[in-house]
Amino acid sequence: MVSTATLAAHLGFVTSTHDDGEFHPPTLAEFFPPAIFFEGTPFEMNRIVLVRLLAVAALLLLFYIALRRTTRVPGRGQTIAEMAIDFVKVQIVDQILGEKDGRRFLPLLAAMFFGILAMNITGIIPGLNIAGTSIFIVPVVFALAGYIAFVYAGIKQHGGLRFFKNQLFLPGVPWPMHFILAPVELLNVFIVRPISLSLRLLLNMMVGHLLLVLCFAATHFLFITGEGLGFASAFGVLTLIGGIVMTVIEFAVALLQAYIFTLLSAVYIQQSVAEEH
Amino acid sequence: MQDVNQAAGGEAPEGIELFIPAVYDIVWSIVPFIIILVFFWKFVIPRFTAVMDDRTATIEGGIAKAEAAQAEADATLDQYNTLLREARQEAAKIRENARAEGSTILAEFKADANAEAERIVANAHVQIEAERQAALVSVRNELGGMAIDLASRVIGESLKDDRRSASVVDQFISGLNEPAKAKG
Repeated sequence: MVSTATLAAHLGFVTSTHDDGEFHPPTLAEFFPPAIFFEGTPFEMNRIVLVRLLAVAALLLLFYIALRRTTRVPGRGQTIAEMAIDFVKVQIVDQILGEKDGRRFLPLLAAMFFGILAMNITGIIPGLNIAGTSIFIVPVVFALAGYIAFVYAGIKQHGGLRFFKNQLFLPGVPWPMHFILAPVELLNVFIVRPISLSLRLLLNMMVGHLLLVLCFAATHFLFITGEGLGFASAFGVLTLIGGIVMTVIEFAVALLQAYIFTLLSAVYIQQSVAEEH
Repeated sequence: MQDVNQAAGGEAPEGIELFIPAVYDIVWSIVPFIIILVFFWKFVIPRFTAVMDDRTATIEGGIAKAEAAQAEADATLDQYNTLLREARQEAAKIRENARAEGSTILAEFKADANAEAERIVANAHVQIEAERQAALVSVRNELGGMAIDLASRVIGESLKDDRRSASVVDQFISGLNEPAKAKG
């Protein structure tokens, strides 16, 4: 059982600054909050899990409201939803994969883009203040989905053997070089790709969160909890401005990372499907 | 309160443990992903595609309709022009015919008028001839009578004997005619 006070504390802002008059810089503990529900079971939920579920619920709700009654001449909500999906379709999927293959992979890539975006954006929503994607396993799940998609697409297109041959043996290379290049390609395609995707997103979100916490925690300390600071507390203005600027940047990063993640996944699928790469 | 806040910090894993997810985290990252994927797969993208295709079809239908209307208008215009050209030709033909007919009628009129004039002239000639003959006869009679009267008075004897008087008159008239013929 969780007491109401604990629950309130867990659901509230998680900062590293406590009211003990000393400054605590943010730590990685930010990303490992204690359990709130179902502790000790596989369905244990902590604050970040709840944030993730909330993001999913909001995403579903928005798209459901926008598209529940689609009309030929769209209303405002439908127009926005259409523009958003059209961005993914035109700027990422059709551009990389072409119209024909794009149609097959649009559901996956759109789910990827909007899922990541929704979970990224919670990082700057007051009250949530943490990106759902700032836990390693979340980007990994998305990356694995992309991984399965590009391996599946390649094997379906070329058959297993030719797919691996295409991926591992680069054309136009003298054959002895394959002894070196094939293992490198193996490592690159099947191991580095998903890991680099996951890490890029994870670290962007983690670092963004830590910077935000650092700025606001410093502001809090300099303005309120710090004792005997004198004029030094004026630096709080700078940290506050820094925090606001970082919030804006985090918004851009949330969009950008969702875009890059989806774009690279589309590129990987394209490279699997293509005749030669 | 401080205890609660400290507890809220949880225990930070270090090193590689940072990347080894807890079971519940695996569950709660796969579940949202599958929810989102199914939602997009079964709801968002089909809806989006359907409405886009519908709109494309509508626009293409509209374009086709406009093209059909344009074609129809062109055809009508062609038809109209053809009719106009035919009408013009017909009018020209009618005008030509009328002109020809007019000149024929005019010629006929002229011929008729000429014939009529000739007839009138001929009639006049006949009449004049008849009247001349009549006048000649009456003049002959009158003149004969008068001449005999005159001659009777001059001679003092009656020339009542018709046979003689007639021959005298005839001789006289012949005498009248002859100098006229000689004068010619």
